[in-house]
Amino acid sequence: MKLRRCSKILAVTAALAIAGLGAAHAQQPSSIRIGYAVSKTGPYAGGATTTTLPNYQLWVKEINDAGGIKVGDRRLPIEVVEYDDRSSSEEAVRAIERLINQDKVDFVLAPWGTALNLAVGPVLDRAGYPHLAVTSVSDMITQLSKRWKNAFFFGDTSANYARGVVSVLDQLRKDGKIGDTVAMVSVADQFGIELSKAAQAALDKAGFKLVYNQNYPIGTQDLQSLVNEMRRRNPDVVLAFSYPPDTIAFTDQAKALGLNPKVFYTAVGTAFPLYKQRFGDNIEGVMGTGGINPNSPAIKDYMERHQKALGKEPDRWLSPVTYASLQVLQQAIERAGTLDRQAVAKEIRSGTFDTIVGQISLQDQVYSGGWMVGQWQNGEFQAIAPLNRDGARPALVPKPAWK
Amino acid sequence: MTLRQLLLLTAGVGLLAAAALTPLIGSGYAMSMAINLLMFTALATAWALFSGPTGYISLATVAFFGIGAYTVAVVGEALPWGLVLALAAGLGFLVALVVGLSTLRLRGVYFVIFTFGLAELIRQLVTWYEANHAGSVGRFVFLDISQAQIVWQLTAVTAVVFLLGALLQRSRLGLTLRMIGDDETVALHCGANTTAAKLLAFSLSAALMALVGAIVAPRWTYLDPTIAFNPVVSFQVLIMALLGGAGRLYGPLLGVIPLVLLFEYLSAHFPNHFSILLGVTFLAIVYLVPNGVAGLAERYLGRPRPSQPAAAAPAQPKEGTS
Amino acid sequence: MPILDALLNGLTLGGMYALVAVGLTLQYGVARIMNLAYGECLIAAAFAAYWLFSGLGLSPLLGLGLVVPLAFALHWLLYRLLLVPLVRRAKSRAALEVDSILATFGLLFIVEGIVLVLFGGNYYNYAYLAGVLDIGGTPLAYNRLLALGFALVLGLGLYLLLTRTRGGTALRAVAVDPVAAQLVAIDVRAAAALAFALGGALVAASGVLVSMFLTFNAAMGVVFTMKALIVVIMGGVGNLAGCLVAGLLLGFAESFVATYLDPGLTIAVNFALFLFILIVRPNGLFGRASA
Repeated sequence: MKLRRCSKILAVTAALAIAGLGAAHAQQPSSIRIGYAVSKTGPYAGGATTTTLPNYQLWVKEINDAGGIKVGDRRLPIEVVEYDDRSSSEEAVRAIERLINQDKVDFVLAPWGTALNLAVGPVLDRAGYPHLAVTSVSDMITQLSKRWKNAFFFGDTSANYARGVVSVLDQLRKDGKIGDTVAMVSVADQFGIELSKAAQAALDKAGFKLVYNQNYPIGTQDLQSLVNEMRRRNPDVVLAFSYPPDTIAFTDQAKALGLNPKVFYTAVGTAFPLYKQRFGDNIEGVMGTGGINPNSPAIKDYMERHQKALGKEPDRWLSPVTYASLQVLQQAIERAGTLDRQAVAKEIRSGTFDTIVGQISLQDQVYSGGWMVGQWQNGEFQAIAPLNRDGARPALVPKPAWK
Repeated sequence: MTLRQLLLLTAGVGLLAAAALTPLIGSGYAMSMAINLLMFTALATAWALFSGPTGYISLATVAFFGIGAYTVAVVGEALPWGLVLALAAGLGFLVALVVGLSTLRLRGVYFVIFTFGLAELIRQLVTWYEANHAGSVGRFVFLDISQAQIVWQLTAVTAVVFLLGALLQRSRLGLTLRMIGDDETVALHCGANTTAAKLLAFSLSAALMALVGAIVAPRWTYLDPTIAFNPVVSFQVLIMALLGGAGRLYGPLLGVIPLVLLFEYLSAHFPNHFSILLGVTFLAIVYLVPNGVAGLAERYLGRPRPSQPAAAAPAQPKEGTS
Repeated sequence: MPILDALLNGLTLGGMYALVAVGLTLQYGVARIMNLAYGECLIAAAFAAYWLFSGLGLSPLLGLGLVVPLAFALHWLLYRLLLVPLVRRAKSRAALEVDSILATFGLLFIVEGIVLVLFGGNYYNYAYLAGVLDIGGTPLAYNRLLALGFALVLGLGLYLLLTRTRGGTALRAVAVDPVAAQLVAIDVRAAAALAFALGGALVAASGVLVSMFLTFNAAMGVVFTMKALIVVIMGGVGNLAGCLVAGLLLGFAESFVATYLDPGLTIAVNFALFLFILIVRPNGLFGRASA
C-alpha cells in the first residue's frame, strides 16, 4: 500500500508545488523575461529551425548587446526561457502554460506553423498575452482575429497567396509571354489544399485552362509519377503548393525528368537557403512563395547580420517578417513604457512601426504587406507580387531550361 | 470485499479526487499536467483491458483516439456535447468491431504491425476525404469547454475505465481473455468463444480510447489528420503500459506517472538534450526494472502475485514454433 | 508512355523500399530484435554520408566503404553490450520482443538526439549521380537506379548466402528455432550478433544510398522504420525474397495509383494492400504458417 499512498502524495504535492512555484518573481523587474516554445524536434523542426528560431536568437542577441529594451527610463536585458514543443499540439499548449504559470514570463513568442499557433491561441488569449503569429497562413485569420483580441497575424490568408500567383500569371499572359495551360499539384494538408482551391477558383475566373490538378499525401518525396503526368501534358505553367522536402523533391525530379514549363512555381521551401544550395544555377527563374526586396538597405543589412550572428542565411519569405514582428513587439514595449501586457497589446493594435520590411500597422490585427510571390533572379529571391508594390520587379519568363 | 481491495479502492478514489481537484487549487499548468496524466492513464489502462490479458499488442490506439477527436471536429458544434461523446464512443466501438473481425487470424508481430497499418490507413483516408470533398484538410474546434471541464470529464472516463477493468477481471469474459493470453488453442478447446471475447474486449477498449480523444480535442483548437492520428501517441501508450506492467489493472498507471513526469521534467529542464537524456533514462529503466513497475512494486511490497500471467507479452507462439 | 513510366517508377520506388527493409529482415527475422531505432540508424548513415560528401568532399560511394563497416562494428557492439543482457534474461521469444521494443525505443531517442545535437532539426540534402538515363523515352535518375541495383544485388546475394552456404544455413536455423540450433552445435548468440550487425550494415548502406536523392532531417527516422516493418511483415518475417517482392509490390502499387488513379491515394493504397495481404495470408506473402 505504501507505494499507492506515496504516489498519491506525490501527485498532490507535485500539483501543489507546480502551482506554488515561481510566485516570487514580481516587484521591480531587472530584466524582461521572454519565453518561447518552438519545434526543435519532430516534423516541424525543419521549418522552425529555418525561419523562427534563428530570428528569435538574433533579436535577443542584438537587444542584449545594445543593453536591452528601453522600458521607461531603464534598459532591461532579455532573459530567455525556451522549450521544445516537439511538433506536438499538446506539448505546445503545455509548454505555453508552463511559460505563463511557472516561469511567469513577461511575453511569449509564437511557435512555428499554423497548427501550433492555433493550438496555443486560446491559452495566450485567456492569459492576456499578445500573440504575434507569423508562420501561420490560413483563411481563418480574419475570423480568428475577431475571436482573439490580442492575436496579430503576420502571415496572410491562403487565398491571398493564391491570388498573388494568379495575378502574376494573368499579367504574363497579357504580355503574351505564356499561354493558358496550367498544371497544378498540392500537398494534402490544410495549407496546400486551401491554396490549391483558391488558386483553382482564381485560375478559372481568369480563364486559364487547368490541364492537371492533383494532390499527394504529406511526406511524399516520390513525385516522379506526378512530374511525368505533367510533362505529358506539356503545360505552360507548373504550380506546386508544396512543403520543403517535397519542394526539393519536386524540383529535383522536374529537373531530372526534363519538365521545362515557362513558369515553374513551388511553395514553401523555395525561399530557403537550402534550395539555393541544392540547385545552384538552376534556381534561376524558379518562382515560389514569399520574396524580398533585395535592394532595400534594411533587408540587406538584416541579411548580413543574420549571416554574421548565426552563420547561415535567412529564408527569404517569413524570416524577415518574423524579425519584423519582434521589432513591433520591442517598439510597442518601449512606447508603452511598461511591461503591462494589456498596454503593450493596445500599443501594437494602434501604432505604426518601423521595421526591416517597412512600415507596419496592425489595425485589423493582420499584416497584409508581405510579398506573395518571389522569383530567383541572379541568385536573389526577388519579390514579384503584389505586382505594383514598391520593390517588386517584373517576372522573368520563360524560366531557362534546367541545366 | 477484502482489506486489500478496500485499500486499493481508497487509493484509487483518492488519486482521482486529487486529479479532479486540480482545477480548483492549481494553475493552468497544474491542470495541464493533470490532463496529461489522466489522458495517458485512461488510454494506457484502456489499452491494457484488451492487450493486457490477451497479449495482443495493438498499435491502433491513435486510430480510435483520432476517430474520437475527429467526431468532435465534425459534429462538435452541431450536436449537444453528451451526444457528441456518445457518438465518438460508438464510432470507436464500431470501427474496432469491423477491424477486429478482419484481424482474427493474425498473431504476434503480424497483429502489431497490422494495427499500425490500420491507423495509418485511416489517417490517409481521412486526409484524402478532407482534401477532395471537405475543401480543407484542417478543421477548427471552437467549443466553450474549459480546461477544468476537460479535467473533470477525463477523471470520469478514467474512473469508468478502472471500473470496467475491475468488473472485467471478475467476469467470465475476463477469464476467457486470460485463457487466450495463456494459450489460445487450449482456450478454444475448452469451449470458450474466443472470437466473441476478443472482439468485445477490443471494441470496448477502442470505445474508451475514442472517448478520450473526443474529450481532449477541444484543447487544440485546430485538428488535422497528422495531429489527430499521430502514431507517436500509440507508441507512448504502448510503452507506458508495458513499462508499468500490462498484466494488472493498475499496472499502466504505474508506467504513466513516472514517464509523464520524466517527459515533463526533461522537456522543462533540458529542451536541447531532451532526446538523448530521455533515451538514456529509458534504457536505464528497461534494464533496472525488468518486470515493469508493477512487478517491482510487488517485489518490494511482498504482495502475492496475482494468478493471471504477467501478460505484457504478445501472443507469440512459444519459442521456436513460428 | 504512361505505362512504361509507371513501371519504371514503380521499379525504382519498390527497389528503395526493399533496400530499406532488407536490414530489418535480418535483425528481426534472425536476431529476433524488433529494432525500433532502425530508421534512426538509417538517418544517421544518411547524415554521415552528407557530412563526408559536403565536409570532406568524399563521394557517397566511397562513403559507403567507410560507413558500412563502421555501422557493422557499432551494431555488433550494440548487440553484445546492450542486447545480450536482454536476450539472456528473456524467458521466451515474446518476452524478448517486449524487452527489445522497450530498449530500442530508448535507443531511438539517443540516436535521434545525437543527430540533433550535431546537425539540428533542419532539412538536409545533396545531389549525387542525379543525371538521367533515358529508357524508351522515360528518364530515370542514376542514383535511383543505383538504389534499385543494390536492393536486387543485396537481396539476391543474401538469399543465396542464406540458402547455399553453411553459415547461412546456421543463421536460418537460428531464425527457425534457437533452442534446437544450439543442439546442433550452432553458437546461437554469435550467429544472432552477426545477423544483427549485418542488418545494421545494410541499413547504413541504404541510408547512404537514399541520402543521394531524398531530403532528410533528424526527425524522419520513424518513417523509415515503419516502412521497413511493413515491407518485412508483408513479405514474411525473415524471408529475403519476400522482402524484395513486398517492396516491389508496394512500389508498383504506388506508382500505378499515382499515374492512373489519384496521387492523393498512394499511401492509402499501400496500406490497404498491406492489410489485405495480411488478411489473406496472416503470415505474410512468404511466411511459414505458425504451428
